[in-house]
Amino acid sequence: MSDSTNLSSASVVEIQRLSRSFGAKRALHEVSLSIPRGGVFGLIGGNGAGKTTLIKHIMGMHYAQSGSVRVFGMDPVAHPVEVLGRIGYMSEERDIPNWMRVTEIMNYTQTFYPAWDTKYAEELREMFDLDPKQRIRNLSRGQAARVCLLLALAHRPELLVLDEPSSGLDPVVRRDILAAIVRTIADEGRTVIFSSHLLDEVERLADRVAMIHDGQIILHDRLDTIKESFHRFTLRFEQPFNEAPLILGTIERKGAGHEWTYFCRGDRDQLIQAARTLQAEIVQETLLSLDDIFVCNVTRS
Amino acid sequence: MQIHIHAQDGVPIYLQIVQQIKYLVASGRLQPGEELPSIRVLAEQLLVNPNTIARAYRELETAGVVEKRRTAGTFIAESGSPLARKERLKLLNERVDQLLVEASQMGFELNEVLKLIQQREHVLRQPKKEERNHE
Repeated sequence: MSDSTNLSSASVVEIQRLSRSFGAKRALHEVSLSIPRGGVFGLIGGNGAGKTTLIKHIMGMHYAQSGSVRVFGMDPVAHPVEVLGRIGYMSEERDIPNWMRVTEIMNYTQTFYPAWDTKYAEELREMFDLDPKQRIRNLSRGQAARVCLLLALAHRPELLVLDEPSSGLDPVVRRDILAAIVRTIADEGRTVIFSSHLLDEVERLADRVAMIHDGQIILHDRLDTIKESFHRFTLRFEQPFNEAPLILGTIERKGAGHEWTYFCRGDRDQLIQAARTLQAEIVQETLLSLDDIFVCNVTRS
Repeated sequence: MQIHIHAQDGVPIYLQIVQQIKYLVASGRLQPGEELPSIRVLAEQLLVNPNTIARAYRELETAGVVEKRRTAGTFIAESGSPLARKERLKLLNERVDQLLVEASQMGFELNEVLKLIQQREHVLRQPKKEERNHE
């Protein structure tokens, strides 16, 4: 909350035409993404879609093979100290030296972050019920995740980056992580980027969402806008069809005979109008979850 | 205040909150003058984006269900529902008509629909079992 004076651009992360291959495997292809300051940015995609590779570019752990990555207006590979000092990061692997004690890893991490808040770190340690003398290797999976979360939060970063933070964790620890996200953005101006394959988490928390599939961004918008622009209607036609007529914006249509279910992208009123033009009756309209929208967009591409 | 979010429902989360608060007001479980939790507190409790809570509160304010008081927080409006009884009846009639048409299209008899309404009311009145264990 304190350190936001030296930020000029409105975007926290600016990625332009980023491509990356590992050997013959294409991991990212022409990814362009602008993540505005403030709010929660959800990155969703299946296993191996490129979420972690993209996040590692933001963290300066991969250099851009082609294209560019800017975080706070800087190249994170060229300016790691300036960039990483303002980011709190938790990776899916949650790899921290497991021979250290909780208090040792806290002191050790503190040396990297001038903004480390000792009092806040202590508050978090108590809230997460972490024994300072305990060695990391003796902690349960959930407690180890809480240590990582503490280390990511204690310097009150401007940007919190969480890569699959709740993967493999029980609901109680997941709750801690989601609550930390809520608290982080409740402080004005702070930004959270998190990737997840648990789409109900993303639906609860994200202001903006990007869907990544096969190394490409296939959908990126405000979550509200995404939810308003996809629809599922079941239409009943006067005469039966072997193949239902196409309506503008149709992504998929399934059914038989008189009744066909359309999955469409577009303005709801226009879709209803289009159905009327075909003299079809709308017998059902289903509201779509982010999960439904994701599945349909991925199967199409 | 008991609110349950089902992110997989497809119903936008802000709307789930709006509908449930309206229901709590209508059923008397939230009384006029009662204070709602702050945006931040409810966001942490429900684990949803604070902007979503803010949007729900704005909608409720526009609908006259809640009112913001300067310096204080958000309260259930003293007037309760701002709509006259006649208008409320009209709104409800439309919904009932729609339900009856759909029910008859799906082949349900009136007494089955009535039974279903009673069942649903019973379900809505009781907090869900699995969630009750958390609180």
